[in-house]
Amino acid sequence: MRASIKAILAAAAAILPALASLAPAAAQHLRIGLREDPDILDPTLSRTYVGRIVYMALCDKLFDINERLEVVPQLATGFRWESPTQLLVTLREGVRFHDGTVMDAEAVRYSLNRHLTMQGSFRRSEIADMERVEVVDPLTVRILLKAPSASFLSALTDRAGMIVSPRAAEELGRNFGTRPVCAGPFRFVERVAQERIVVERFRDYWDAGNIHFDRVTYLPIPDNTVRLANLQSGAVEFAERMEPDDLRTIQRNRNLRAVAVDELGYQGITINVANGERANTPLGRDARVRRAFELAIDRAAVNQVVYGGMYTPTRQPFPPASPFHVRDFQPEPRNVERARALLREAGVATPLTVEMTVPNNPDLRQVGEVIQAMVAEAGFNLQLRAMEFASSLQAAQRGDFQTYLVGWSGRVDPDGNIYAFTRSGGGQNDGRYSDPEVDRLLDAARSELDIEKRKDLYAEVLRISLGRDAHRIYLWHRKNIMAHSARLVGYRPVSDGMIRLQGMRLQ
Amino acid sequence: MSAAAIPAGESPSRRALRRFLRHRLAVFGLVVVVLFILAAVLAPLIAPYDPLQTSWARIRKPPSFEHWMGTDENGRDVLSRVIWGARASLMAGVVSVLGALCIGVPLGLLAGLAGGWADAVISRIADAMLSVPFLILAIALAAFLGPALENAMLAIAITASPVFVRLSRGMALDAKSTDWIEAARALGNPPWRTAFVHVLPNIIPPLLVQASLAIAEAIIAEAALSFLGLGQQPPQPSWGSMLNSSQRFLTQAPWLSIFPGATIMLVVLAFNLMGDGLRDALDPRAEKR
Amino acid sequence: MGLWLLRRVGQVLPTMLILSMLIFGLQQLMPGDPALILAGEERGDPQVLAAIRAELGLDRPLHEQYLIWMGKVLNGDFGFSWRIRVPVSELILAKLPVTFQLASMAFVIAVAIGVPLGILSAVRRDTPADWAANGAALFGISTPNFWLGIMMILLFSVELGWLPPSGYVPLTEDPWQSLATTIMPAFVLGTGVASVLMRHTRAAMLTALAQDYVRTARAKGLPERLVVWKHALRNALIPVVTLGAIEFGRLLAGAVLTEQIFTIPGFGKLIVDAVFNRDYPVVQGVVLATALIFILLSLVADILYMLINPRLRQA
Repeated sequence: MRASIKAILAAAAAILPALASLAPAAAQHLRIGLREDPDILDPTLSRTYVGRIVYMALCDKLFDINERLEVVPQLATGFRWESPTQLLVTLREGVRFHDGTVMDAEAVRYSLNRHLTMQGSFRRSEIADMERVEVVDPLTVRILLKAPSASFLSALTDRAGMIVSPRAAEELGRNFGTRPVCAGPFRFVERVAQERIVVERFRDYWDAGNIHFDRVTYLPIPDNTVRLANLQSGAVEFAERMEPDDLRTIQRNRNLRAVAVDELGYQGITINVANGERANTPLGRDARVRRAFELAIDRAAVNQVVYGGMYTPTRQPFPPASPFHVRDFQPEPRNVERARALLREAGVATPLTVEMTVPNNPDLRQVGEVIQAMVAEAGFNLQLRAMEFASSLQAAQRGDFQTYLVGWSGRVDPDGNIYAFTRSGGGQNDGRYSDPEVDRLLDAARSELDIEKRKDLYAEVLRISLGRDAHRIYLWHRKNIMAHSARLVGYRPVSDGMIRLQGMRLQ
Repeated sequence: MSAAAIPAGESPSRRALRRFLRHRLAVFGLVVVVLFILAAVLAPLIAPYDPLQTSWARIRKPPSFEHWMGTDENGRDVLSRVIWGARASLMAGVVSVLGALCIGVPLGLLAGLAGGWADAVISRIADAMLSVPFLILAIALAAFLGPALENAMLAIAITASPVFVRLSRGMALDAKSTDWIEAARALGNPPWRTAFVHVLPNIIPPLLVQASLAIAEAIIAEAALSFLGLGQQPPQPSWGSMLNSSQRFLTQAPWLSIFPGATIMLVVLAFNLMGDGLRDALDPRAEKR
Repeated sequence: MGLWLLRRVGQVLPTMLILSMLIFGLQQLMPGDPALILAGEERGDPQVLAAIRAELGLDRPLHEQYLIWMGKVLNGDFGFSWRIRVPVSELILAKLPVTFQLASMAFVIAVAIGVPLGILSAVRRDTPADWAANGAALFGISTPNFWLGIMMILLFSVELGWLPPSGYVPLTEDPWQSLATTIMPAFVLGTGVASVLMRHTRAAMLTALAQDYVRTARAKGLPERLVVWKHALRNALIPVVTLGAIEFGRLLAGAVLTEQIFTIPGFGKLIVDAVFNRDYPVVQGVVLATALIFILLSLVADILYMLINPRLRQA
């Protein structure tokens, strides 16, 4: 009798763990703390970095990039350049949108055209080289370009490559962003502005096996201390872009993990040189005043004070790791005397009042204050104007700024870091800088396939647009410090700072 | 409260002073208030460092002999910033309440003495102002006028005035009903003279009490607005904005939060104590503690 | 009673009228051209601008604009948020319950702390208990609540890890979590009101205890406890109850700072965010809504006072 009880117990002990793994795991809910609130959730119309993070859940794209920054298939399975201006893309079979419709070549054509032609599209300058899209068969498209482009493919690894459901897009029109319907691993549930964005698992996702969460909630928490406190207390499992100061705190906490990755982008100051009447200032009109402003700033010192020296001071949009980084275009050391001399030369009465729009993050406000103190010595009276991030983007776009402290998350291809910002009519060129020679160089660089020649073209662009015209002041390249609960496994940090949910799970 | 019954041999102000001095806490409050005003006025002389002087080498240093309250995230001396911050608080507190008095008292007197139509309109406007909580109105003004200390002061002055309107109106109504005012009017004294000579001196005691308490509220209000980023703008120091920037360094540099916060509390406490003491001393109907 | 109510409401109307004019006037202070902002990408097109101006009535004379605006407000149309194009009234109605929950909890805490302390202080007058209670009340009034909030987060969330440092869970979703997210901000909000309530309760109790009928009761030989509870307390609570209604309104304003620190998506945070978003219609709508609530609450306070205070009943 006793032996059989023992046997039963032994059998139970053996079987139960197996049974437990068969039983459905407890609902996995991931909460991510974002640094800002995204703008409109429409891949064609959005500009925010955090919006891209949310798209990792909502909207898959034709291609993606991996940790080595190589292009990998996502909604597309492969590509082939038939000629320098003809790109053949093969699509994945059996992909469905969240509304159940099938993704086919027609949907891809629709989406790409939408990105190119829709009123107010911020993707236009990213794929401006596209002339038209041809449907070869339901799973193949041919994209014809106006000119060869070295950067076109990389544009398809971001928002310009996101495919939306044509039915939903037609139905909702400009309100698509209130209820986006794409082909990502999660479908949209709800959004409360400046509070949360909730998405739930999409059962028919093409790569469903790799998705382990039932629900993901994105919580915008601009205040760094609060975001960290939330992570420490377990209110969120992932916090993006923490500060260098917090790195040590996080590393000392056994329940947390932190990863610091060099970013693909930069932090800089955009100057309004030709966007509306607010450009009509000594700063906006005269490059000497702008260069004086730049000379008054000691990038290394600001970096040291605010970020503990963790970031990399720079004078260009290309990070050191990029093959296109121009070695001999580095920041000049701070020179207050020369700055003052330039102001005198320009005939400007000091102190000159300049306004700087600063997104409402505590560290950026501190950067503003430090710069304020520095430029005061050169004769600038800098006034800081704190604004919520998405609103500041809108304000900058309509020219309601004098200087704007803003960053860019960066793209793998150098064109993604400079074209839209420096070329006349560029979608992100809020300062409306315009120089015909620079335009010519940028267009040429876009289609130049030889790396060395391309580098030279960009070097020339920097010399003219920054060295001579100083239309922007690049400050530093940041590190994306991503922190998460130790229970979270499978996170693959990529330089673009995105949070790719494939393979991630909570233990 | 009329000037009718004066005990022989001691003026009311003398008696009030004596009663005030008997409250040790009220005296403590007065002393702190005086120190606060002195600090604000004499800031250039007594602050050890320039409050705007940044020093990248001395960031977030804990309190030491060179820096009694340590340094902040930009290397500025906290003690100097606290002393200079008293200016913003003083301006917001005292100047705003003075403004409120200048607006509220004449209007209230007018309403009470003139009565009728003027009274109705002024009372309704005062009611309208009282129905928007101060902070909400101040934030709204900051939105429309832009964030600045002057706009904060304006908001505080506007929202603090209705209380004084009510108070002076009440006093004026009280005074109107006494006999000798009727007599004065019968003699042909103009109303403004009546107000000045007869009503005003009686108003001063309760006004002092109310003003003292209003200043305490105004100081917290300015700190709150600066905390939100809508009051004193950087780099000018304000206790409220210092508290705001200190949040990031709560664990690494707690002194950045402790000193400005404790200072606000101390000064506000002092004004409250002083106000309480004044109320007890000046109002003969008040309960003996 | 009905007549009194009617008269009281009638008194409120001119106040609201003047208020509406003041709030409308606020709009005139606004920098920039709203048509430009609303036009978005199409702002280069003069036809679009003209159309927007006509729609908003910006081309009409000022008093006409006011009447149009008033008409819309009376219909519940408080305008549209510039940031996310939803009706302001919708935003307000969505956020108000959150702040209401916070304010209610704060009020309960304030009454639970303030009234007993006030009674204790009055009954044990001039003893150490009285001084301690008075001291606590003074500190409660003088401490900036945003400072208190920061200190509490440091202690309870970061150091002890007992409570979440920010965020909000609706009551309907998960009552326990909801309580966890709101208890700290409610406490911070409540301390200020607790202090005020304590002082007023104390003063009212002292007055009540000195009354003739209390002396009579004592002379009759009734036990002290009965004297205090039955006679003094009932009369002392009258001003407290009416004060409470007004203080509740003040809690709405105090919530602004608390919601900011604890990241609670309520009414107060709505207006602060609106300022940094330069979202003027929302700012205006919040001011209007707050004023309406306030006026309503003081009306309620007056009614309560009428109902509870037997001596005023003859009016």
